[in-house]
Amino acid sequence: MSEAALEPAAAREETPFRRFVSEFMASKVAVGGLLVFAAVALLALFAPWIAPQNPYDLAQLDIMDGRLPPGAVGGSGITHWLGTDDQGRDMLSGIIYGLRISLTVGVGSALIACLLGASLGLLAAYAGGRTDSVIMRLVDLQLSFPTILAALMILAFLGKGILNVVIALVVVEWAYYARTVRGSALVERRREYIEAAQCLALPTSRILFRHLLPNCLPPLIVVGTIQIARAIALEATLSFLGLGVPITEPSLGLLIANGYEYMLSGKYWISFYPGIALLVTIVSINLMGDHLRDVLNPRLKK
Amino acid sequence: MSVYVLRRLLQSLLVLVAMSVIVFIGVYAVGDPVEILISPDADQLERERAIQALGLDRPLWEQYLVFVQRALQGDLGRSFVFNEPALRLILQKMPATLELAFGAMVIAILVGLPLGLYAGLRPESPGARLIMAGSILGFSLPTFWVGLMLIMVFAVQLGWLPSTGRGETAALFGLHWSFLTANGLSHLLMPAINLALFKISLVIRLTRSGVRETMLMDYVKFARAKGLSPARVTFVHVFKNILIPVVTVVGLELGSTIAFSVVTESVFAWPGMGKLIIDSINALDRPVIVAYLMIIVLMFIVINLVVDILYSVLDPRVRLEGSR
Repeated sequence: MSEAALEPAAAREETPFRRFVSEFMASKVAVGGLLVFAAVALLALFAPWIAPQNPYDLAQLDIMDGRLPPGAVGGSGITHWLGTDDQGRDMLSGIIYGLRISLTVGVGSALIACLLGASLGLLAAYAGGRTDSVIMRLVDLQLSFPTILAALMILAFLGKGILNVVIALVVVEWAYYARTVRGSALVERRREYIEAAQCLALPTSRILFRHLLPNCLPPLIVVGTIQIARAIALEATLSFLGLGVPITEPSLGLLIANGYEYMLSGKYWISFYPGIALLVTIVSINLMGDHLRDVLNPRLKK
Repeated sequence: MSVYVLRRLLQSLLVLVAMSVIVFIGVYAVGDPVEILISPDADQLERERAIQALGLDRPLWEQYLVFVQRALQGDLGRSFVFNEPALRLILQKMPATLELAFGAMVIAILVGLPLGLYAGLRPESPGARLIMAGSILGFSLPTFWVGLMLIMVFAVQLGWLPSTGRGETAALFGLHWSFLTANGLSHLLMPAINLALFKISLVIRLTRSGVRETMLMDYVKFARAKGLSPARVTFVHVFKNILIPVVTVVGLELGSTIAFSVVTESVFAWPGMGKLIIDSINALDRPVIVAYLMIIVLMFIVINLVVDILYSVLDPRVRLEGSR
């Protein structure tokens, strides 16, 4: 709070959003996390223009370039800064394209889970009674089982594939959003503005999504940020175990798994660099999430 | 009290039934049960005989009752790959997993408690900041990748520890354990540390916040005012009071440690239940998958039940709320 008040910008009309931005920017660590994450996201978004090689185009791969150490120049004249894997695929290109899949699956599943979980949480809080207790029992059941176990169960039934991984991640994650939204919605629904909206006989869906939901957003953003990091990590783990994405579209987890057998002979780079990329992505999101929790937590404010 | 236990028992039973229905539907309705339960090598005649024998021509609810009836008799099908009862296969692998999980728990407490204590007592010191930064890293690092890096450094580069497997085992109570031999212990160390990483971070954070809260309590202030030595205040007055919640949470985490050992076991080729289930999923050995899921669900329900009942014994508020 104090940092925000010192800034001249605060003298302008203070909107909640502007205050939020200036408070978020007050932490160097969080801004660093944001910058790193933005860089990672841009890399993933513009992968075809940035990567030195298209790792899915088998015509560009030369098996003779297989397992080159970092910095070696391959047969096609490309310098492989991070080495190549057993297929002769440039690791840097593989990582950039892998980031694309990891981020898409992670962010995508988090968004779907958020939509589903938040809707159910709102419904539980607003309807109360039996609806509430049924939804919350489901949440309890989901949360009492470790994420990896539930995901394993779903993939064992459905089989591999990007879509199935997304389904598994959504099933594993929705309960966190539902619980969070229900908690804050229970507090908000007793406020006067909800009563006013009810008196105006607005449709329930409008009250839920236009009046109740915006006021439950702060904790939802915090949970969402952390869940994105968890989704990316879980997807990587599932792919590493061979239950996640197919081999034709390797995410970071699968790239790491590919390097496993070569690591014992000292060829570390096939597993090492994708892991670093994964680590940087997850840490940058967690740093943002950690600070967001402080910024958006009303208990830490006067 | 007994009413609360009874209610909780009934709830657990309901969850168990619900989970058995989910597993049953997952295996029998989502996939093709013929393909799942009958070996793909079987010829047409064998298939028809098996469909009859397994009752796959009967309605679904009847099949479920048969499934439950057989499950209650301990018959969860035979593994295609090993041609052994799936249940026995899993129970054979269980000691290895339990040993790994308990090893990880012990390491988490031995490492996490002192670090958390230090970070809580001197929150502003550089050492404490380093510990807290390390704990964020512990939450963020993907377990499987850390495992690979441990193998790379300590097994491949330095050659200090064996990379994979369980090593020599010795028998105790008719089961084989690695921690009883020096060779087995050296095999156990790296996987246990790997599995413990996440829990170490958890214990550090719990201990730290516990210490910081307890230090402000009146009885700690009083003990200090009485002129007791800082060491006595820390280890007798503060430590004793934070130990209970920390140990409770670590106990609660036992279940998730067993579940997450799936990852560690795959990395270190540790021959436990977790490696078995991954191998079975990849080999489409469905009876073993079903048996594993049912056993682990049962294990979780029992752990949750025991913890809840213990809570209600320790904290009367829980059971009062339940009977309201």
